[in-house]
Amino acid sequence: MFESVDLSLVNWSRAQFALTAMYHWIFVPLTLGLGFIIAFMETIYVKTGNPEWKRITKFWMKLFGINFAIGVATGIILEFEFGTNWSNYSWFVGDIFGAPLAIEGIMAFFMESTFVAVMFFGWGKVSKKFHLMSTWLTAIGANLSAVWILVANAWMQDPRGMKFNPDTARNEMVNFWEVFLSPSAVTKFLHTSTSGFVLASVFVVGVSAWFILKRREILFAKRSMVVAATFGAVASVMLIASGDSSAREMAHTQPMKFAAMEALYEGKTNAPLVAIGLIGDPQDDPMDSTAHEDFRLKIEIPNMLSYMAFLKVDAFVPGIKDLILGNKERGIMSYKEKIVRGYEAQQTLVAYKKAKKEKSADEAVLRAKFDDPQWIDNYFKYFGYGSYYDPDPLQLEKNAFTMIPPISLTFYAFHIMVILGGHFFMLFLAILWLLFKNKLENNRIVLWTAVWTIPLVYIASEAGWIVAEVGRQPWVIQDLMTTSKAVSQIDTSSVMLTFFLFAFTFTALLIAEIKILTKQIKIGPKKEGRKQ
Amino acid sequence: MFENLSHLALQQYWWFLVSLLGAFLVFLMFVQGGQTLISTLGKTKDEKTILINALGRKWEFTFTTLVTFGGAFFASFPLFYSTSFGGAYWVWMIILFAFVVQAIAYEFRNRPSNVYGAKTYESFLFINGFIGTIFIGTAVATFFTGANFSVNEYNQSKWDNAYHGLEAALNLHNLSLGLTVFFLARVMAILYFMNSVDHKEILQRAKKHLLYNGVVFVFMFLTFTIWLLLRDGFAVNPETKEVSLQAFKYFHNLMEMPIVALGFLTGVALVLFGIISSLLKTSSKGIWFTGPGTILTVLMLFLLAGYNNTSFYPSASSLQSSLTIENASSSHFTLTVMSYVSLMIPFVLAYIWYVWKAINNRKIDQEEIESDDIHIY
Ligand code: HDD
Ligand code: HEM
Ligand code: HEM
Repeated sequence: MFESVDLSLVNWSRAQFALTAMYHWIFVPLTLGLGFIIAFMETIYVKTGNPEWKRITKFWMKLFGINFAIGVATGIILEFEFGTNWSNYSWFVGDIFGAPLAIEGIMAFFMESTFVAVMFFGWGKVSKKFHLMSTWLTAIGANLSAVWILVANAWMQDPRGMKFNPDTARNEMVNFWEVFLSPSAVTKFLHTSTSGFVLASVFVVGVSAWFILKRREILFAKRSMVVAATFGAVASVMLIASGDSSAREMAHTQPMKFAAMEALYEGKTNAPLVAIGLIGDPQDDPMDSTAHEDFRLKIEIPNMLSYMAFLKVDAFVPGIKDLILGNKERGIMSYKEKIVRGYEAQQTLVAYKKAKKEKSADEAVLRAKFDDPQWIDNYFKYFGYGSYYDPDPLQLEKNAFTMIPPISLTFYAFHIMVILGGHFFMLFLAILWLLFKNKLENNRIVLWTAVWTIPLVYIASEAGWIVAEVGRQPWVIQDLMTTSKAVSQIDTSSVMLTFFLFAFTFTALLIAEIKILTKQIKIGPKKEGRKQ
Repeated sequence: MFENLSHLALQQYWWFLVSLLGAFLVFLMFVQGGQTLISTLGKTKDEKTILINALGRKWEFTFTTLVTFGGAFFASFPLFYSTSFGGAYWVWMIILFAFVVQAIAYEFRNRPSNVYGAKTYESFLFINGFIGTIFIGTAVATFFTGANFSVNEYNQSKWDNAYHGLEAALNLHNLSLGLTVFFLARVMAILYFMNSVDHKEILQRAKKHLLYNGVVFVFMFLTFTIWLLLRDGFAVNPETKEVSLQAFKYFHNLMEMPIVALGFLTGVALVLFGIISSLLKTSSKGIWFTGPGTILTVLMLFLLAGYNNTSFYPSASSLQSSLTIENASSSHFTLTVMSYVSLMIPFVLAYIWYVWKAINNRKIDQEEIESDDIHIY
């Protein structure tokens, strides 16, 4: 079970997962948010009976359809990739992880795909009310699918509600609600879905701004903007609040990610938050106990990090070195100790398997350990760390220092996301204010800013996933399974081939999508009663 | 309610549900079959557009059923998910790839500035129809013929050859199921067109091709079935859980499970009745027989593979690694949770049914594809 793995296989598998997930995520957030924006628009149409609102709805709906199709195309591969590329993972945690994926299909995907058909083909065939309901159900279905996949993802970051079974050699679910309603899952869902709302709002505001700049469809554009900017402003508040809770949650469940996100080497009380920072030369690679913080430039908000993490200005925030080397004073166990304990847990499993095969007398004793809460808490909890074990203590410490996620990538991704989050909020407020004052049309600066914010919101949104996923390396299941143990045993060349296949195909599809979308935007909304 | 059932009962329940999903999937693959017939049945641009729109309103169901099939298998029999997908890597990757290109083809085909031109997207539809059916059929046939994997004591699996599943296509028995599915999908597509399209030339051509495809389908189906009943099967000893080859295992399964046998025969009769009645009369109702008949037949085939102490995913290279519904399943707790979730399935089926009727209440014709109000592919 614990034989060494082929690193190039692991890295290509990671590259493939990252590629396909990030492509999927280009399209998903727009679906999540635009679904609701269209639903608002159609509601106004049904309430007022004004055909102009039907025209507005149908224009955005067309863009929704184009984006939706490619979201579906990139999604299917992710669903199966857990099996194809992470098969050891699929077994080790499949008993917990498979359920949300299945529920997602039964509950959400069918809802989405059934009612999206009514949305597109139902005009004139079903009643106005039923059509409107279908539009709402499409939006809700999309967000329900987000719920389940995010429950799954949150569980990987913060595993709970399960127990390891040495006979099957996997983790088994014992409490569904603990999995479903874990604080990580709740914050993750709120943050991710609201990020989709913000992204879609920026998209609608930006495209509408372009129409105004081109002096086309001005009334149409302003109406779209009112809906989107209002939605966006409200969602921004929720986004920032839930991002803040995500960070707090993370400080407890994944302190290493938290430290990496802030490039915090040495733990501090009254820790300041780096608002803007430029990291110096990359540290000597691999890192060791002499590594130290190195910023070329930083602007800090005093005490803010301590407050963000623990709601106390003088709380201690552990740094990367505290976590690896341990900090007795603060009650932090060193990675070295965790590795030794994890190794003990792994060896117990091996011994149990051996005893069982040989029907030896130790079998019952060994089996009992896996049911003993104290043993679980002292040893099994660190199961994954055991993969870094080495009998030589010096080498063991070196191994521990390899368990740090890429710091500058995590740091920059986090800061870009947060700074842009502020920018989007301000933009929505500015647009609403100018609309209210009826001064938007001539404010070319704000209008162009809105147009250019479209690419920025995509960057912020992808950056969020980089924080979440790169920041948790080397774990695929926090503390229990490392990414390198999760991988399927196939030859690297096969994975390379599929990597390039998907890289090529998805890029080609993305190009087509962008061309089609921009063309549809240039064509603009239909004139009443005219074919196009 | 479910927590009181035995683990075995839950495993059987979930094998039934997975089989049902698989059965619906095969029925819904009429979309794939139709995609391989677009240029055969449609000669002018408008005719093709009519056919594509008839299919375009349904493709999402097939796609979603496939996705849910994968998810449900993962949740209920995770060892199958990790062993088969991770091992038969290439087969699944090729299948997935064929579905990736399908998903955008409908929406992008007719749009201005679509970069690659309508022909390219139509060829995506063809590729999906061709590969989707044949490869899925071939992969499912390994439920009876066996695959080449081994599972260690930690339930970690590996594939025992370098072809990663592609070798399955070299087995003629597997291939006969692949081709059966392919021609069945085309037959069902034709019946579906007869039912939902109103266009004289298309319907004339459809009838002709129903005959051709129907004959090949019946031949392939008989080849597969007779071979299946005659071959050795993978039996599980209920006491020791040891797996061994047993002569005429699937034939015995059929005899020992009379309900399955009855269902199978009824299913086959319905499929044939649908085809023959559509050939003889100018009836447009054939799909109402062939469709449910297909669901019934496929469901029973799956039950044959999983029930009655049979290994549903046998390993030819390491017999004792073979997967059964008992050794591959989720824990009792997870199956219980999922069984509660399964209570939603009737509601899902009900709204799908309702919406399907609402959208198809009018046949698709020339007028419809010129309509201003409806989304046209
Ligand atoms: C927060 C939202 C979110 C996240 C993190 C993911 N997805 Fe997704 N997915 C959606 C939200 C979504 C969606 C908005 O619901 C989509 C996009 C377009 C669509 O049709 O549904 C979708 C489509 C979609 C489809 C096609 C569904 C269909 O048949 O209609 C599959 C199979 C997946 N996804 C699977 C995954 C997997 C396995 C993921 C994790 C690795 C994943 N998605 C991440
Ligand atoms: C759609 C949004 C997502 C994006 C953009 C994303 C991004 C990434 C990235 C960049 C990596 C590579 C990290 C690295 O190797 O350094 C990764 C890995 C991974 N992610 Fe995500 N992720 C997303 C959603 C999810 C979800 C929802 C899950 C689980 C349900 C998930 C599970 C995984 C797994 C299993 C890996 C592979 C192991 C690893 O390399 O860490 N991801 N993802
Ligand atoms: C403005 C303040 C923001 C804060 C404080 C914040 C905080 C965070 C944190 C701490 C995470 C990591 C969660 C984890 O790894 O468990 C995260 C992830 C994420 N962020 Fe943000 N964020 C903010 C704004 C934004 C914006 C503007 C977007 C995009 C429009 C965004 C999109 C995401 C996404 C998609 C993820 C990955 C999903 C997740 O882990 O929740 N965030 N954010």
